[in-house]
Amino acid sequence: MQPKTIIDKIWERHIVHKEIGKPDLLYIDLHLVHEVTSPQAFEGLRMNQRKIRRPDLTFATMDHNVPTVHQNVIKDEIARKQMDVLEENCREFGIALAGIQHPDQGIVHVIGPELGLTQPGKTIVCGDSHTSTHGAFGALAFGIGTSEVEHVLATQTLWQKRPKTLQVKVNGKLGLGVTAKDLILAIIAKYGVDVGTGSVIEYTGEAIRDMSMEERMTVCNMSIEAGARAGLISPDEKTFAYLKGRKHAPQSDAFEEKIEEWRALATDEGAEYDRTIEIDASEVEPQVTWGTNPSMCASVNSQVPILENIKEKSERQAVKQALAYMDLQPGMPIKDISVQHVFIGSCTNSRMSDLRAAAEVIKGRKVHPGVRALIVPGSRTVKNEAEKEGLDKIFIEAGFEWREPGCSMCLAMNDDIVPPGERCASTSNRNFEGRQGNGSRTHLVSPAMAAAAAIAGKFVDVRQLETAKV
Amino acid sequence: MEPLREYEGIVYPLNRVNVDTDQIIPKQFLKRIERQGFGQFLFYHWRFDDQGELRENFLLNNEQYRDASILVAGQNFGCGSSREHAPWALLDYGFRVIIAPSFADIFYNNCFKNGVLPIKLKEEEVDQLLENAKQPYYKLTVNLEKQTVYDNHSFQAYFDIDSYPKEMLMNGRDEIAMTLTLDDKITAYEQKKQALI
Ligand code: SF4
Repeated sequence: MQPKTIIDKIWERHIVHKEIGKPDLLYIDLHLVHEVTSPQAFEGLRMNQRKIRRPDLTFATMDHNVPTVHQNVIKDEIARKQMDVLEENCREFGIALAGIQHPDQGIVHVIGPELGLTQPGKTIVCGDSHTSTHGAFGALAFGIGTSEVEHVLATQTLWQKRPKTLQVKVNGKLGLGVTAKDLILAIIAKYGVDVGTGSVIEYTGEAIRDMSMEERMTVCNMSIEAGARAGLISPDEKTFAYLKGRKHAPQSDAFEEKIEEWRALATDEGAEYDRTIEIDASEVEPQVTWGTNPSMCASVNSQVPILENIKEKSERQAVKQALAYMDLQPGMPIKDISVQHVFIGSCTNSRMSDLRAAAEVIKGRKVHPGVRALIVPGSRTVKNEAEKEGLDKIFIEAGFEWREPGCSMCLAMNDDIVPPGERCASTSNRNFEGRQGNGSRTHLVSPAMAAAAAIAGKFVDVRQLETAKV
Repeated sequence: MEPLREYEGIVYPLNRVNVDTDQIIPKQFLKRIERQGFGQFLFYHWRFDDQGELRENFLLNNEQYRDASILVAGQNFGCGSSREHAPWALLDYGFRVIIAPSFADIFYNNCFKNGVLPIKLKEEEVDQLLENAKQPYYKLTVNLEKQTVYDNHSFQAYFDIDSYPKEMLMNGRDEIAMTLTLDDKITAYEQKKQALI
């Protein structure tokens, strides 16, 4: 048999209908729903008197809007309405919901894997572009718009054009103190924010195999920032070990049988991709973004670019625009940039290993007096576990605010906002203009780098700090 | 969805690259639960200052561009968040056609679902249009059937588009209704899958 990529295998298994001149009609195994991109979809169903085909394959939570000081004290009336509407919709249509204060509540891309809903070989969609996170498990997971949410609710399928396949091969090993976040930022910096347009990425290579599941999620999470439809990683023993015993994963014998099926999904030896790009992991250093998209990024030990050195016209224009917005001088050292806010959280970096990495840097130190620092765990489960390990105490003693789970300052739809003109070292995934609040300036970094910036009040190479055991 | 076959409109040039969906419609306006009424928030932070006053130096606020319905912009338009509020805001404001050298995938798809036509032209052609549209009331005509864009003078360009979204838009089709005619096939797929487990 001809060798195939995991992308092709999953695709072919999900084709419900094929017809010349049309995209493929693809079956969707799991549909995750949240409060912001779903109300108009439910409304559309109601208007056309349509039913939900498979409420059992649909799972909802609240994350984008939820307050993180006290979850049930919602001052914003419109936000509250949106959450109430989701609750009513789930009740009316029979959809499982992990709402406010539910033990399973959290950022949709954190709880999917945590609950074992995310599994190898599944097609997974959500009205959110960072759905690519679930690809870490060897699932084909992608973000959709609200009309498509409605389409999936009504038919459990989507019309999808077959994507191109793009292999991102990560050779060698990451250095000590260099993380999955630094790697994905370096990939985007090297190849650009649209390298993946029209494609699904498969990440391969030694550094990827070496990663834990949580690190793989960080990498896949940012596939969309490289323009890709989705990003995934072939499953292996680590994938199976992570899923074993999770609430919605197959149990006991059924699980063992599933493993065989999942193992066979991995890309075959000799399979061909439409394109392959490569990066040497050993050359990656801790990254800091200086601009207004994730590719505008450099090593902490380097400088903000100089305009004259950029040849291409449209790129020069973009950099100029970005530096003006960020209020940075061309050529200045990254380490001279000071920050007023630090945010550790988001579907990119809010899991246990992220919090541990931050705690190792923070333990025994104090947040810089000029910095307001926030830690927002990705889910209630993460929050409880961190408290069991005593991480919350380390953070609070250092001067961090320890919050309730949600998206929070990643997109600043709730009260967690960076004021105009101020800077934030953030572990999230987008540094667009105004992402963390109108006029806010975002610098994307790893959790350890964010923790170091919280203490120093500016960017430092975390590898030069001593870390504590937590 | 309103069908779109042939369309003529005034062009508004937005000479920026990587315009993301948060710039098209900032997140503080995503809390509404309706599809309509987002146009007033389009490009909010560019159109309005911190006091909520119109910024005079933003071209779209210029009287001469008020009735524009074709937007021309730089590459990678619509990147970022998957929010469909972006095409809703564009449409509600009055834009039916967006022209750029490239679009982000999700945004591109979202447009078709709402009767907005995204057109990919070559970078030189887009540059030309950005230049031409500095002249107020500059008009373009789009013929979706023939896949062409032209003005009354010398500009003429051909664009590529897949036959499926083209046909959907030309006929203003309800995609869900169409998929539901394949209900038997979906059921058969589900049964086959069930048997495998
Ligand atoms: S954490 Fe940020 S990127 Fe992730 S789902 Fe929430 S808002 Fe989107």
